Amino acid sequence: MGLDPVVLFFVFGLFAGLVKSELKLPPALYETLSIILLLAIGLHGGVELAEQASLQLLGQSGLVLGLGVLLPLVAFALLRGLRFDRVNAAAVAAHYGSVSAGTFAVVVAFLLAKGIAFESYMPLFVAILEIPAILVGILLAKGISRDTHWKELGREIFLGKSIMLLLGGLVIGAIAGKEAIKPLEPLYTSMFKPVLAFFLLEMGLIASGQLASLKRYGFKLALFALLMPLLGALIGALLARAMGLSLGGTAMLATLAASASYIAVPAAMRLAVPEANPSLSLTASLGITFPFNILVGIPLYLALAETLIAWGL
Amino acid sequence: MPAYTRTLLTVICEAALEKKLLADLEALGAPGWTLSDARGRGSRGVRSAGWDTDGNIRLEVICARDLAERLAEHLQDHYYTNYAMVCYLAEVEVLRPEKF
Repeated sequence: MGLDPVVLFFVFGLFAGLVKSELKLPPALYETLSIILLLAIGLHGGVELAEQASLQLLGQSGLVLGLGVLLPLVAFALLRGLRFDRVNAAAVAAHYGSVSAGTFAVVVAFLLAKGIAFESYMPLFVAILEIPAILVGILLAKGISRDTHWKELGREIFLGKSIMLLLGGLVIGAIAGKEAIKPLEPLYTSMFKPVLAFFLLEMGLIASGQLASLKRYGFKLALFALLMPLLGALIGALLARAMGLSLGGTAMLATLAASASYIAVPAAMRLAVPEANPSLSLTASLGITFPFNILVGIPLYLALAETLIAWGL
Repeated sequence: MPAYTRTLLTVICEAALEKKLLADLEALGAPGWTLSDARGRGSRGVRSAGWDTDGNIRLEVICARDLAERLAEHLQDHYYTNYAMVCYLAEVEVLRPEKF
């Protein structure tokens, strides 16, 4: 199978960054691209959601919330096993319990290209998964301590950029419905991949910058950043099977569970747990896990989903 | 031309702190401030401001000496240990003392 061209854009960015090329995209462009992607994902989910909202979905959302609590605990245990100190282990665990919307966009494009259907309300799960890990991470780092400004932090978490955009898109899509949204449809059809390609080019550049600092943290961090997505994917895929999701949905939830946040969580953790070293988390999530998921992980998680279904799970 | 002496407090720090710092300035009664994006290098490595998470800001406040000292002390107590931050004071001459 040839690599998807959007993935090649990522590789191109990675390469340009590693050879220290002058190539640099303006930061405002990156912002713009991520806003368009998140809104498009939200809108698409909202339109479909309006057609098939159900009580079952509520139960599933509860299970996904549970997954968001479980993942950082697993990551924390793994990190402590690798002898990371408590505060840093908690901060990194929060990143890995949460999700990466960029990775989600890639798995959407991947499944669409393969013609594999998936549950349309997946974007809702992205928004749900983003939150609990941050809270679990803070609790793991400091316990319930009085000097945590929960109110301020709550605003940071619940009103964060990516959650707002996803939920905003979902609600607009759900209210507008399929017919009315027609003029905006290119956002998630013909426009989606070009935007994703430019976005991934910038992500490649950013990831290469993080890769450079890997030398400082060494083998243990790299090991974690490769093991955790595999473990997360397995947990996510098993949960998806238990929830009775389709093949596409299973691969997607596995990918979500495998992905690590690099936008919402770093900002929240920096304020809530300032003692933690922020570049430790970013090196792992951006430098290793994101490229791993884009290049190797997503096809692997699809194969995992296929295998589980073949086993009758 | 008559000139009056005031103190300029300059703070360079992580962009993550922006909201907190502005709330602090407000609470401690700073008369006004100027905020800009910054990049550079220091003991915590290159802070290139490539994107959100390693952005930096430069905050300037012109005020009376004692307020500037109080602000600087507050910053030192709250942020120096865990955040990348530099702050310094300088004497400056202003033309309209009632503004500062």
